[in-house]
Parts: sequence; C-alpha cells; structure tokens
Amino acid sequence: MSLDERITPEQAATQVGTASGENKEYSVIGKSVGRIDGRAKVTGQAKYTGDLKFPGMLYGKILTSPHAHARILSIDTSEAEKLPGVKAVITHKDVPSLKYGISPARWDENIFCIDKVLFVGDKVAAVAAVDEETVYKALKLIKVEYEVLPAVLDPLKAMDEGQAQLHEDYPRNLNTEIHQSFGDVDKALAEAYHVRTDYFVGQRAYQSPIEPHSAISVWEDDKLTVYSSTQSPHYFQYYIARQFGLPMGKVRVLKTHIGGGFGGKLEPTGLEFAGAVLAKLTGRPVKMFYDRHEMFAHNRGRHRQYMKLSTGVDQNGKILGVHADFVMDGGAYTSLGVASAYYAGALLTILYDFDNYKFDMYRVYTNLPACGAQRGHGHPQPRFAFESHLDNIAKDLGIDPIELRLRNARKANTVTPNDFKVESCALTEAIEKARDISNWKQKRSHRPQGRGIGIGLGAFVSGAGYPIYRTNLPHASAVIKVNEDGSSATLYTGAVDIGQGSDTILCQMAAEAMGYSFAKMQIISADTEAAPHDFGAYASRQTLMSGWAVKEAGEEIKAQLLNTAAGIMGYAVEELDCRDERIFVKDQPEISKSFAEVAKEFFVTQGPLVGKGSYTPPKLGGKFKGAAVGTSPAYSFAAQVTEVEVDEETGEVKIVEAWDVHDCGKVINPALLHAQVHGAFYMGMGEAVWEEVKFDDQGRILNSNLAEYRLPTALDMPKFHSELVDSYEPNAPWGVKEVGEGATTPTMGSISNAIFDAIGVRISSLPMSYEKVWRALKEKRKQQTT
Amino acid sequence: MAQVITDAQGVKRYLINLSVNGDTHTLMVKGNSLLVNVLREDLELTGTKKGCELGDCGSCTVLMDGKPVNSCMVLAVEAEGRAITTIEGVAPNDKLDKLQESFIDHAAIQCGYCTPGMILSGKALLTRNPHPTEEEVREAISGNLCRCTGYVNIVKAILAASEQE
Ligand code: FES
Ligand code: FES
Repeated sequence: MSLDERITPEQAATQVGTASGENKEYSVIGKSVGRIDGRAKVTGQAKYTGDLKFPGMLYGKILTSPHAHARILSIDTSEAEKLPGVKAVITHKDVPSLKYGISPARWDENIFCIDKVLFVGDKVAAVAAVDEETVYKALKLIKVEYEVLPAVLDPLKAMDEGQAQLHEDYPRNLNTEIHQSFGDVDKALAEAYHVRTDYFVGQRAYQSPIEPHSAISVWEDDKLTVYSSTQSPHYFQYYIARQFGLPMGKVRVLKTHIGGGFGGKLEPTGLEFAGAVLAKLTGRPVKMFYDRHEMFAHNRGRHRQYMKLSTGVDQNGKILGVHADFVMDGGAYTSLGVASAYYAGALLTILYDFDNYKFDMYRVYTNLPACGAQRGHGHPQPRFAFESHLDNIAKDLGIDPIELRLRNARKANTVTPNDFKVESCALTEAIEKARDISNWKQKRSHRPQGRGIGIGLGAFVSGAGYPIYRTNLPHASAVIKVNEDGSSATLYTGAVDIGQGSDTILCQMAAEAMGYSFAKMQIISADTEAAPHDFGAYASRQTLMSGWAVKEAGEEIKAQLLNTAAGIMGYAVEELDCRDERIFVKDQPEISKSFAEVAKEFFVTQGPLVGKGSYTPPKLGGKFKGAAVGTSPAYSFAAQVTEVEVDEETGEVKIVEAWDVHDCGKVINPALLHAQVHGAFYMGMGEAVWEEVKFDDQGRILNSNLAEYRLPTALDMPKFHSELVDSYEPNAPWGVKEVGEGATTPTMGSISNAIFDAIGVRISSLPMSYEKVWRALKEKRKQQTT
Repeated sequence: MAQVITDAQGVKRYLINLSVNGDTHTLMVKGNSLLVNVLREDLELTGTKKGCELGDCGSCTVLMDGKPVNSCMVLAVEAEGRAITTIEGVAPNDKLDKLQESFIDHAAIQCGYCTPGMILSGKALLTRNPHPTEEEVREAISGNLCRCTGYVNIVKAILAASEQE
C-alpha cells in the first residue's frame, strides 16, 4: 500500500459520516452490527484453550520457587517419577539453556532456573501426568534444596552498593537506563514564571483476565502445534521456534477464543516451553495451565513507578518545559519492560504542546514477579502523575483546570519534541465537549460537601511504528477467499480477537471494501498456519494496521470482480461499482448483476477468487536512542471527566458519574467502540481506587486471588457516558484510530483530580484507597486545628 | 443415599444421578469431585467456565433448582437430586433465549468468558423478579466479575430483556 493510494483528508471530508456512525457513503462500516462470535459466546459453544481435549492428553504443571532469591543446590525428582500416573518430570537439564524474553534487547529468562531462583514463583521443574490430581501430588514429591540469598524487594534501594545482584550481566540491578533531552529544559525552567515539582507513586497492578492462561502442545512427527491463550500467535511462534531451533514453519501457534488479555498474554510463558518439551518426551498432547495464584505470580502486569515531575509555566499557564525523572520496579526479568520504560516518558509529550522536555528513567530489577505491558503500556501511571501535577499547577495559578488544558492542548498537524508526528487531533473539541456534557462549570462552582469533579486527558498510539524484534516483515497481512458460488467469503488474518471485537470489525471492513455484506463474512484468524502473518493484539494496532491489509485485500477482490463483470455486462470497468452484493453501472444503477453471479463466473473462468493485502507503516520517528518507542501512524485523544463523592468520616470514595469524549477517528462499529471505552474506564477506575498487588517482607504475594485483589464489581461502576468528536485520520484506512488502550490512560488522573476537588488534599500515590483518603483528611483536620 | 464403591486403594466413589439441562446422567464421582469439574470433564459441558476455583469470580455459575451457585463451590454429590441448568441449557432448541439475544444486541459480550455466568445470574434474577430496577440488576450480578465490559452493557442487556416480559 503506497501513501498516494490513500484518501486525502479533503476527499474524506465529503465521505465521512458523523461520529454517531450515520453514513450514506458506506454500507457496512459505521454500523453497530452484532459480534460475529456473539451466538457462540452466549450459548457456551465458544471453546477457549482450557476447554479443548485431545485423545491421550496429559495434564502438566510447573513447580515454582518458594523463595524470592535462592541458589538451587540440588533437585531430586525420583520420588515424583515413581508416582503412578506420572509420565514425565523435567528440570533445566531436560530443556535448552538458551535465554529468552520478549524484548530482544535483554534476553534474561530460562525455561527453568539453572543456578538461582529470582522470585517467589520462578520456574524450577515441571510434571506431566494423567490427571490434575496426580500432577499436584507429583509436584509435592519433587525435592529442591535451596540456599536462601538476601533479596532485593525495594526498587528504590535496588541500585545501591551492597545490594544483592539478580543478573550478573546487569550490575547494580540496572535493567534499563534512559536519558533523553529535547530543547533546553534547564533554561525553560529558569525562565518560567512558575515552576512546580511533585512526586507521585504508582502501584503494581495485574491485568487479571478472567480466563486463566493455558496451552496445549501437540507434536506430529517433527512439527509442533501449540493451542494457547495468546494475544500474538506470531511472537509465540517466533520465540518457540527460536528456543527449540525449529524452522518457524514447523511451529504452528493458534488460539480458539481467548478470555481477555490486556497485555498479560502477549509473551510466551513456561506453559508453552515446558509443555512442548513434556509433549515431546511423552509422545502425547500436554495441557499446561495456571491457576489464579500462578497467574499473579507469572504477572507481567503494570510496573510500579516512582515519578518526579518538574514543570515550568508562564503567567498564563502555558507549559514551557517538563522534566520527568522516574524509577520503575521491573521485577526479576525484562519481559516487555524496556518498551514500558521508554513508553513511560515518550508519551508524556503527546497531549500538550511544549518544546523543552527531559526524561530520565531507571528500570531496576527486584526479586519480585516481572512486570510488563498492561493496557496503556507504561503510560497510565505517568499520565496520572502528569494530570494530577497539572491540576496542582492550575490551583497555584488560579486557573480552571479545563482552561489550563485548553491553553496547552495539542493541535492537528504538529510534531512533539520527541519527533512524533500528529496528523489528526481533535483534542480541543473533545475537552470542550467533555466540559459541556458534564456540566463542568456548574458543578465546579456549586459543589456539595464531599463532592468533587475532575478532568484527565489521555492519548495512545494506534499501533507501534516498529515491531518488538527487528524484522522487515509487514506488520499486517490478510487474504480473502470468496466461496466458489459467491455465497460467502472468508477472511484469513493473523489479527487476534481477544474480546475487543477485531474479528467483527475486520469482517465489516472486508465486506465494505469488497462491496459485499457482513452477514456473509466468515473469519479464520490468529492461526499461524491457516492465516497470513500479523503481529497481533497489542499497542492498539489492529483497527489501523490489520485494517489496512484487509482493505487492500477487499479492494483486490472488488477489482477482479468488476473486471469480470465488465466483460459480461459490456461496460468499461471504470463505469462499474459494487456495493451491498450488487455490481452496477454507476450512471444507471438499475443495470446490475449480483456479486454471487459474477463471482461464480470468475471461478469458472479464472479459478479461485482471492484478494490479498499487507501493510507496513512508513518510517517514523527521530534519530535519538529509543526514538522508535511511541512512534505510530496515528494517535487517539480523549478527555474524561469524573465526579466523585467522598465520605469524610470513612474516606470511602464513590465514583458517581463519568464522561468520556474520544477522538478515535472514523468509527467502524460504534457499539463495540463504546464498549471498549467502558472497559478501559473500568480498568483505570480499579487501579485508581482499589487494585494493588501486595507482598510480604519475603516477597510473597499477599493477595493473589480475586477476592483480595479487588476488581470493581457491577456495584462500583458509575453512571457512564461515552461520546465522540468527529475526526478523520489520513494515515488510516477509512480514517480510523485506536480506542482500546487510550481510553484507560485518562482515568486515574481524572479520578485523582476529582478527589482533590472534593477534599482539597492531593493523594499522590496509587491506589487512592479509602485508607489513604481517610489519613489525608485526618492530617488536614489536624493542620486546620493547629 | 448414593451407592458407594471402594476401590483397591480404599478410595470411595459415589454413584450419583445428575439432572443437567433436563437430562439425567448416571456418574461415578469421588467425594471431593467438584460440580464444575464433573460438568466440564465428564459431561463435556465446557460452557461453564473456571476463572478462580475459589468462589470469587462467578464464571462457573450454574443454576441449581433455579438459584445461581458457583459450581466450583459445590460438590458433585451435593448436586444429586437437584435440577441443574448450565449455559448450554438456556436455549432449549435452536432459538436463543431473549436474554441471550439481548446480550448480543447490546454489545454486552467481549471476550465472553464471564458471559455464561452473567446470563445465568441474569436469568435467575428475571425469573424471580421479572421487572428489576437497575440497582437490583447490579446486585444480582455483583458476584460475577467481568474484566472487559465495565458491566455497562451487561446491565443494559438484562434491563432490556426484562422490559420484554
Ligand atoms: S471459578 Fe468458581 S467462582 Fe471462580
Ligand atoms: S466479557 Fe470478558 S470477562 Fe466479561
């Protein structure tokens, strides 16, 4: 797909409908069609990996470390092997010792620990047996002798002299160090009318998809098939092949349905690696699975960040320069943490227009579960910090927080100091609409006791400009095959539906591009053998990137059909078009033929009717170290307003009502889009007030279950409004942008600012729990009386 | 009383009749077999999901004599003589139940992992209380966790189905 084939914004202005999705130009996109997998999911027919069974299938589990940091002195598996029903027991001796990790910059994980375990939950051995009960019994019979070592549990001390070291290759437990500087921050702050510095602390949060991870490995001769609850069959295939020295063509990874991911299922786990070895040794399919506790221990959730922000503004509140100085608790391994660390600073420039920016970051290793990418990847906590910081500045200057944001809001066709090109941007409109529909002015000036209202802005990439490992593969590709008689068409794509609805919207896009109907579309997705390559569900990339590939494939089908129709109908190709399954003469629409009829004719005369497409983003970003992270063909923007009620006696926070206004480009399926916003707000709200993974002083998780790791219930969710502003992105198919991750970025900031408005005290650490609010109020009363 | 058979290792197994979605199944189960596992493994009714096995998430919800229960908290032997409905039994034939239709129409499904449990909790509510308030709907599904939807459209779907009563 070359750039000049894309529609211009001027052309688009005449073609694109309103935010409500009303559109005369399009037949299939812009409509809230029901999910393609809806019926399967409401009847219980939809199979998830854990629901699959194969003849002779064994069950497998991983034995994990009970210590945060310890040397392995010996492992004795003999008793476990003797247990009837046990088919294989493996340790590091039975698997490749090659290090792996999803970030190629830091491969630091082994399938099983060799010398040392690095956190409570680190992988030591695995068992395959005839049933679950036998597996659990066998795990208890494996004897591991450890020499316990001092553990690093405090990320702020991890870099100090004299601390235990996790990885030899990374002295002072320094996993990633970043120093970026754009413009002249020191000068900007020196010359500013007002400079403010604030400190904020985030927490460890966990994605907590309701479906636990599982993986089933099956060997046929020298070919390995892995069914997995994965967000990216491609990365799984790549890393599994690499680990076992197999050609990628000998590894097939696929998913059936997946019960949520949110970033936690983006990288292969011990379940895939150990399962593949156990299946090979036993010659039988092996199903590996995590229970809820093991999911928390495997983690790869949100990093805890320590964030210092200094900002200089002029008299009117115009931001002149920002310095972000962060430390991030990475846990025991890298996971996606290099990217998380870069994202934390990179995206701070996206919402507000300023020229001078400095970002310092230390991601440190600790003897805790490894952190990775959770919805909004690296951005939500810094965004919480910055939005809170900005409200503090607004208060210092006596400017309304919305007014301050409007004065600094990014505009369309601008470039950030760290070289991100922003083409479409309707942020100002979004802020104004959020202000108006929430009745901001009225609520701000007449505030009942205990009530508060706050705003937070957010933004995110619509797909990462560069893949996770270096490769020149296209980012997305798609094939569409029309059935011989034209009565259905199947879209084959590597894109991954993890619940967000990509199967549905990509079929809408395919039907639109072909001139076909959604009801006749079928899809085979996320299977490395049956479908062509796509990087998968992360960085909110599929609507834009997979969408481009699908559009191109659909247009190829349409072009071939029109060609055939021209011959049959006796018109020039240019005189014809196809829509809603009818090929017609543009000037005389009553002269037409059905899609099916022409498709059948095509098959008879020319063979299979197939279209294909692929997409590679243009070269994006600047030339400095880390310039790639945060680049994207397009950015979404959002404004969220939240109203809270605080019980001043108990500190209890109730989220009363919330309004989200989004600039996410052209909308393909409004119902699914708003549903993404609901879920994103929900997750942000959980992290704002309740969610936190806690540890004891030995590095053991205290709340690795869904009762004590408190996910909000239906009773916690406020009245919620999701609205859009008109927007069109020139770098995207039909002008689309992302929504799923960006919508979680403003939430913690808007709730923080609402609580600040309600009680007049800033809670600067997450979650803003009842206890913290209560303590802050107590402190405030103490100060008032003295 | 269920008939008991003791094997050579001394493990007891109980012969039970389980009524699921109107069909009676005769099964041998251990005393500690969980209903959720018997449904999923022995009867292959995998529409009943497992999210925690601790009674926290509600994804294993089934109806026992019309009342929603977490089937990971029920022993199979306790379910004998009770009428059990799983998600596979909600639409008795090819036609969907109106609550199932409503979930599709209101985009109340994302990953779908919580959906069977949500529909059964919703179904139990509407049977007991055909015209619930929004608060009553929220209360009824508060034991069912959903990580995807923020419950917004699930609440709408249940309320909309109740209006069709
Ligand atoms: S699996 Fe039964 S409540 Fe979670
Ligand atoms: S739809 Fe995914 S958990 Fe509810």
